[in-house]
Amino acid sequence: MSAIYAMWLREVKRYLRSRVQIVASLAQPMMYLLILGFGLSSVFQQAGKGNYIQFVAPGVVGMSILFSSIFSGVGLLFDRQFGFLKETLVAPVPRHYIMIGRTLGSATNALMQGTLVLSVCVLAGFRPVDLWQVPVALLFMMLIAIVFAALGTAMGSVLKDMQGFQIIMNFVVMPIFFLSGALFPLTNLPGALAIATSLDPLSYGIDGLRASLIAVSHFGVAKDAGVLLVAAVAFVSLGTHLFAKIEI
Amino acid sequence: MIRVHDLVKTFGDFRAVDQISFSVEPGEIFAFLGPNGAGKTTTIKILTTLMQPTSGSLTLDGLNPATHQHEVRHRFGIVFQDPSLDGELTAYENMDIHGVLYGVPSRVRSERIERLLKLFELWDRRDAFAKTFSGGMKRRLEIARGFLHTPKILFLDEPTLGLDPQSRNQLWSHVKNVNETDGVTVFLTTHYMDEAEKVAHRIAIIDHGKIVAQGTPAELKEQTKTESLEDAFLALTGNTIRDETANAGADQMRQFTQMWRR
Repeated sequence: MSAIYAMWLREVKRYLRSRVQIVASLAQPMMYLLILGFGLSSVFQQAGKGNYIQFVAPGVVGMSILFSSIFSGVGLLFDRQFGFLKETLVAPVPRHYIMIGRTLGSATNALMQGTLVLSVCVLAGFRPVDLWQVPVALLFMMLIAIVFAALGTAMGSVLKDMQGFQIIMNFVVMPIFFLSGALFPLTNLPGALAIATSLDPLSYGIDGLRASLIAVSHFGVAKDAGVLLVAAVAFVSLGTHLFAKIEI
Repeated sequence: MIRVHDLVKTFGDFRAVDQISFSVEPGEIFAFLGPNGAGKTTTIKILTTLMQPTSGSLTLDGLNPATHQHEVRHRFGIVFQDPSLDGELTAYENMDIHGVLYGVPSRVRSERIERLLKLFELWDRRDAFAKTFSGGMKRRLEIARGFLHTPKILFLDEPTLGLDPQSRNQLWSHVKNVNETDGVTVFLTTHYMDEAEKVAHRIAIIDHGKIVAQGTPAELKEQTKTESLEDAFLALTGNTIRDETANAGADQMRQFTQMWRR
């Protein structure tokens, strides 16, 4: 247990010490929120879908959690590069403790980043329809963070160097983001796209956020939470398995 | 304490370790010497569960590192050849997280951290981030960390690389000390023959993945009819310099095969 805590604390310390990075990673979500948000707002309004800022803010929060949790998980690659990974791999602690500690740390960092983005969204004019539902939104944010931190750790365990980072970005992170419905409603999509979006775990995360923040849901909260839980268990198991097999 | 029989490790066509056999007795200081790329670090990685052997048998305190990884990890400590610190943590935090991972109880932990950081003259810099340290200071921190818990076997992979003479002396007297008082078995590699001659009870010389000689320093000198261990080493391994490209090739091959294995 103390090993899990030590690894968790290490991740959180590293995040809180990288102030520049915390601020810098606010830039991208803000562009989606402010530029895309205001840019598409009148078209969205004319289509009878209401306020686009209200619609896109939960998506932007989900996106920032996706990015920071996956990158934090893939931070494993930096540890491989700088050598600290070896130190943890030979420690007399079951490797799944190390993996779980890391993943929870990454998830915590992503949750903090997501909360920060949500606060900035509120500053920019976003209003949750029911304040009592905000804790539910935080729960969904936590689930999203755990799912993708575990996925990040799993991928970091398989990759050997930083070149793999680009591949992850282009073939994993971006598709997950674009297919999640963060930027568009999931209703009335063409068949293939509807199937693809329903296979993306983040779709359920963002749908859960919309359900709790703006009272709009496509799948229903129960299904959202269920799918995320299953994905979390699956990715944590996969990550544990791959992490235990790492050779240096 | 360590038994290795016909150990082989290949990366593609490259035989990094080629049928080596040796044993290390409990309480012994055993030096593993060889030119760059001879297979020293690969052997250590296999012994310390970081890598699976291709074939051959090995035991560490009676346990097989390839199958009983967790039990084996309880028995050794290691100072790696290449850096293994977390630069974003302070010197103290690097020591502390190591102590937690190795199950050193918290009261003993803070006492020992203070003693070791003072011994290796890092106590004044304990709250500085490891990334701000010079090469020698990082090395000293890694060595201090290696002594934080008392393992049955201590692996030291070129521990004195980049250290000044003062720190080297400090290190070797500490190694002798834990060996004599706590009975810790020591398995070390180094390129400094004088150090090996001074501290090691027995030596094995490895070249191109094969062990070419084994014995006490005196036996090796006698066998090669030379005056110093350095001359004995050169007589056994030849005068050709192992260039870095050959080494880099091996590294690349290693990475390449690892990438495609899964």
